[in-house]
Amino acid sequence: MTGFALALLFTGLFVAGIVHLLSTGIGIWGNNIPVAWAFDIANYVWWIAIGMAGTFISAALHLARQPWRAPLNRYAETMTVFAVSISGLFPIFHLGRPWFFYWLAPYPNRMDLWPQWRSSLLWDFFAIVAYLIVSLLYWYVGLLPDMATLRDRASRRWQQVFYGLLAMGWRGEVRHWQRHETLSLLLAGLAVPLVFSVHSMVALDFSEGLLPGWHSALFPPFFVAGALFSGFAMVLVLIIPLRRWYRLDAYIRLIHLDHLAKMMLAAGLVIDYSYAMELFDDWYGQDPYAIAGAMAKFHGPYAWVYWITMACNVVAIQPLWFERVRNTPWALWAVGILVLLGMWFERFLLIVNSLFHDFLPSSAGLFYPTLWDLVFLFGSIGLFFLLLMTFVRVLPLLSMVELRKLAHRLTRRSA
Amino acid sequence: MSGLERYGVMAIFDSPESLRAAIRAVSDAGCRNVEAYTPFAVEELDESLPFPRSRLPCVMLIAGAAAMLGMLALQYYSAVVDYPVHVGGRPLASWPAFLPAAFEVGLLAAAVAGVIGMFVGNGLPRLHHPVFDVEAFARVSQDRFALLVRDRRPVDEIAACLVGCGAESIIEVHP
Repeated sequence: MTGFALALLFTGLFVAGIVHLLSTGIGIWGNNIPVAWAFDIANYVWWIAIGMAGTFISAALHLARQPWRAPLNRYAETMTVFAVSISGLFPIFHLGRPWFFYWLAPYPNRMDLWPQWRSSLLWDFFAIVAYLIVSLLYWYVGLLPDMATLRDRASRRWQQVFYGLLAMGWRGEVRHWQRHETLSLLLAGLAVPLVFSVHSMVALDFSEGLLPGWHSALFPPFFVAGALFSGFAMVLVLIIPLRRWYRLDAYIRLIHLDHLAKMMLAAGLVIDYSYAMELFDDWYGQDPYAIAGAMAKFHGPYAWVYWITMACNVVAIQPLWFERVRNTPWALWAVGILVLLGMWFERFLLIVNSLFHDFLPSSAGLFYPTLWDLVFLFGSIGLFFLLLMTFVRVLPLLSMVELRKLAHRLTRRSA
Repeated sequence: MSGLERYGVMAIFDSPESLRAAIRAVSDAGCRNVEAYTPFAVEELDESLPFPRSRLPCVMLIAGAAAMLGMLALQYYSAVVDYPVHVGGRPLASWPAFLPAAFEVGLLAAAVAGVIGMFVGNGLPRLHHPVFDVEAFARVSQDRFALLVRDRRPVDEIAACLVGCGAESIIEVHP
C-alpha cells in the first residue's frame, strides 16, 4: 500500500513535469549547448536497455529449449513492455516541440517533406516502434490462454466480461494450440534479432556522430551487452522482493536466481571488456581529441561519475563468481541495484563526457541538472512501478500455461 | 434425446493420456469429425489429430519480405525520385543507409501478420461457441481435457465408446 502510494506520488510528479515541459519547453532542464543531451537521453537509453532483457529471456531461452524459463518469462516480458513504453517517451519529450514527433514517420503531407533516411535518429524511431509493437504482441499472444483461464474462473460479472474480451473466445482446441505454438516459436525467432538490432540502433545514435568518445565501431555490441546487463539486473531486483511477498519460492527457485546471476555476470564481463577496449582504441588511434576525452574520464569534471560506474559495473559484480553469493537473494538484490545505478551513470557519462568539450575551446561547458531533470528520472521510475503493481493485481504474474506444460513434462519424465 | 438438433457429444477426461486413448477409440469406431480441447499444448496429440501443415510461417515470410522491399522502395522513391538532395556528389541511392528502417519494418510486418494469421486461422475472436454452454467445459482451461465428437450416430453408441476410456462425464452439446 505504501509502495503503491509512493509510486502514485512519483507518477503524479512525472505528469506535472510533462505538463510543465509541454507548456514551457525543454529550457526547464539543465541541457544547453554544448551539452544538448543529458538526463533525458540517459534516461531513454537506460530504460530501453532494461526493456531488452525480458524479450531476450523469454525468446532466446525459448529458442534454446530451456524449459526452466517457464516461471520467469511472463513478468520479464511485462517488464520489457513497460520499460520500452516509458523509454519511448523520452526522445519525444526531447524534441522541443514534442507534439510534432509524428514528422519522423513517412506520411503524405502538405509540407511535401520526407524524413532524413540516412539519420540514425530515424532508424531509432523505427526500431523503437517495431520493438514496442512486437514485444506487446509477443506478450499478448503468451497471455491469451491465461486470459481464457481467468475468464472461466471469474466469479463476478465484470471480471467475466473483462477477461472474456481479452481472451477473444479462446477455447483451447488442439488445432488452435498448434497454430499458437508455431506463432510463439516464430515470434521468438523474430524477437531475438530485433533485440539485437534495436539496441544497435540506439548505439548508432552515438557512433554516427563525430564526437570523440562516440564515433566508434565498438558501440553496437557494447550497447547490446550493456542492455542485457542492466536488464538482467532489473529482472533480479524485481523478482527477489516479488517472490518473497507473493510466496513464489516454489516456482521461482534459487536455481533461477542463480541462472540470472550467471547471465548478468557474463554480460557484465563483456561490458568490462568493452570499457578496456574503449580505452585501448583511444590510445591505439593516437587521436589527440580521443585521448583527451579518455583522460577526462579519469580526472575531468565528471571523473566521479566514471569511478562510480567502474565501482558498480566492474567491482560490484565480481562476488557473483561465488555460488554462495548467487544463492543469497539479498546479496543478489544489492548487486542488481548497484548495476542499475552503475548503468545509469555510465549512460550519463557517455553523453556528457563527450559533449562537454569537443574539438574547439569555444564549445566547452559543464552541465548542471535542474530539479526537473530529477523529476523526470524519478517520476519515470514511479510510473514503471505503478504499472508493474497494477499488472500484478490484474494479470497473472506467472504464465499458467507454461507452468502446466512444464508440470506435464516433469510428470511424464518421472513416470 | 430432445428434438433439438445436436452439435456434438462431449466427454471430459482428467488426463491427456485418457484423452488420447479416447481419440483412438473414437476414430477406430469410425467417427471422423473429432475435436479435442486441452488446457495447454499437448505435443503427443499432434500425431493423434493430424492437421494440414500450418501456412503461418509462409504468410509471415511473405509479409515480412514484402514490407522490407516496400520500405526500401519507399526510401528509394523519396531519396532519388521525389526529393533528391545533392550532398557533395554522394550517391542518392545510398542503400546501406536504407537497410535499418527496412529491416525493422520487415520484422514488424512479419510479427503483425503472424498474430493476425493466428487469429484468422483459429476463427477468433469469436463471442460465443456451442462448447461454452457446457458447464464442465470451464475446467478445460485449467486441468481437464475434452473431446467433442460430431457424428450423426445415436448418443449411446458414442458414449459407450468414451466411457471405456475413462470419461468423467459425457454431455450432449447443442448449437
